[in-house]
Amino acid sequence: MTASAAPTASATPSRFLLRGRAAGRGLSPLVVAALVVVGAVIVAAVAGPAIAPHSATAQDLATGISGPSSEHWLGTDDLGRDVLSRTIVGARTAVLGPLLVAAGAMVIGNLLGLVAGYRGGFLDTLVSRFADLVYALPALLVAIVVVGVVGGGYFTAVALLVILYSPVDTRLIRSATLVQRSQAYVEAARVSGIPGRRIMFAHIWPNVLPLAVANAFLTFAFSIVSLAALSFLGLGVGPGTADWGRMLSDSRTLLFDNEWTALAPGIALVVAAASVNIVGDWVFERLSERGRR
Amino acid sequence: MVLVIVSFLIFGLLYIAPGSPEQLVLGNSKSIDPATLKAVRQEYHLEGPFLVRYLDWSEAALRLDFGRSIRTSEPVRDGITQRLGLTAQLAGLAFLLTLALGVPLGVLAAVRQAGLVDRGVVFLSIVGLSAPAFATGILLLYLFAVRVGWFPAFGQGEGFADRLHHLVLPAIALALTATGLVVKITRAAFVDELQKDYVVFARARGIRPGRVLFGFVLRNAATPIVTAAGLILAYMLAGSVLVEVTFALPGIGALLVDSVTAQDIPMVQGLALLIAAVVVVVNLVVDLLYPVIDPRVVFSRSSR
Repeated sequence: MTASAAPTASATPSRFLLRGRAAGRGLSPLVVAALVVVGAVIVAAVAGPAIAPHSATAQDLATGISGPSSEHWLGTDDLGRDVLSRTIVGARTAVLGPLLVAAGAMVIGNLLGLVAGYRGGFLDTLVSRFADLVYALPALLVAIVVVGVVGGGYFTAVALLVILYSPVDTRLIRSATLVQRSQAYVEAARVSGIPGRRIMFAHIWPNVLPLAVANAFLTFAFSIVSLAALSFLGLGVGPGTADWGRMLSDSRTLLFDNEWTALAPGIALVVAAASVNIVGDWVFERLSERGRR
Repeated sequence: MVLVIVSFLIFGLLYIAPGSPEQLVLGNSKSIDPATLKAVRQEYHLEGPFLVRYLDWSEAALRLDFGRSIRTSEPVRDGITQRLGLTAQLAGLAFLLTLALGVPLGVLAAVRQAGLVDRGVVFLSIVGLSAPAFATGILLLYLFAVRVGWFPAFGQGEGFADRLHHLVLPAIALALTATGLVVKITRAAFVDELQKDYVVFARARGIRPGRVLFGFVLRNAATPIVTAAGLILAYMLAGSVLVEVTFALPGIGALLVDSVTAQDIPMVQGLALLIAAVVVVVNLVVDLLYPVIDPRVVFSRSSR
């Protein structure tokens, strides 16, 4: 119904941003910048503790909170921990969770969407109703309530977000599968006696995969923000963990003494999420162009 | 129908919380006399089979009686109504800001399609869309409250003007993400419409561009924008949680977080039902608006 317009609507606006102006199909500077940021965040997530100039968790109560200096480029927080190092190491929880959420939602959504779209019937009704119901829930609020009541922190949140975000995949893949099912090649495969399971996964799936991959980037970008929000509210990572959301929440009282305790994780979070969005749009564009030809 | 399913899930919350409900209410002390225990079980609908408890609870909930808060022992209804006003004002202000900023910017970008203005606007909307309210909130707090001191950093203010003054920064933080979405959708809708024959024809007849844009195109492009506006009102609920915590405003969102962390299940249930009701009502209003905007849309009995 109304939601079917959403993917196309969100894909069109940034299309032109992603191409170089004169160079027909080259990369625009913006995409290059976004790719660099994403690369940097991934490097920080993998090798954070090795790159960071100081330990992210070592406290130095004698120093306490201090502004930027040659020793601590972005200063220290109230427990004397190096802000720059914490921001670099914080990339790990910012990437790991969203990666799991995007992958999990993609697997569940693809499976359910393919089966519902191809088999149809009662199974389709069941899957679609469930997806519609979950889709209508405000994901972040549900996550706040359930994680808060059940407890378990970061990985409960990750598991929950997989369930809450997978309906987007399910609906997308289901409608794409419906389109593919009426194509001649599926008909041909069915007539030649290839079992349904094989048609679904070996014939139809490769044709809807680009959509799924592009959507995974969007899920990833959403999850970065959602998980950081949960950590910000104290429902994500444990206390003391170097995490952008957690750092932002701790920094509210430290703004007057060292503003970098808030600025560093805040900017890192916004830039990382925006970059993933831009790269996601770009990938979507490339893949859907290839699909058309 | 949706509300019934959701209310069932919300009631179930009590049972997925670690520890028994009685423990949550009375704490872990060992010497609880049976009479108190029984009274507590009665009050929190813990007697009898699950379905009976659910029906008891939902019947009370229909009378807007959600029981007493475990944390403050005030009735849940009072706790919510005391704080509802602030959140409604915050969300309302942010909603107005979002539409007042997002729609014109989206139209501007669509008219100047592929130009420098368009590129700038779309870039900003992607950044806005990616920026969570608590991050922008803290950045705004730093810039305007700490650095230049134009706005107060915390508190809710007394009286209308003061309240407005206190709510400006939170509302902007709340509006930014939503504005990104509105810009994106408005722009896409206008770009689609501007390519249509009736626009070319209207221009050829010499009708002023302003009239073409706002007299003809706006109406045709309104459907996706109204859909987005509905989404945004629902988003404001989640966003207000983050913003209220960031700016230490005692609204519904902050109450939700406090209650959740304190395992104050009756309060959480009341708030969750309220939120679910708001989401359902907003969706209903959006659905009812479609035929007003576009008379070609008619309700069909088979669609639901």
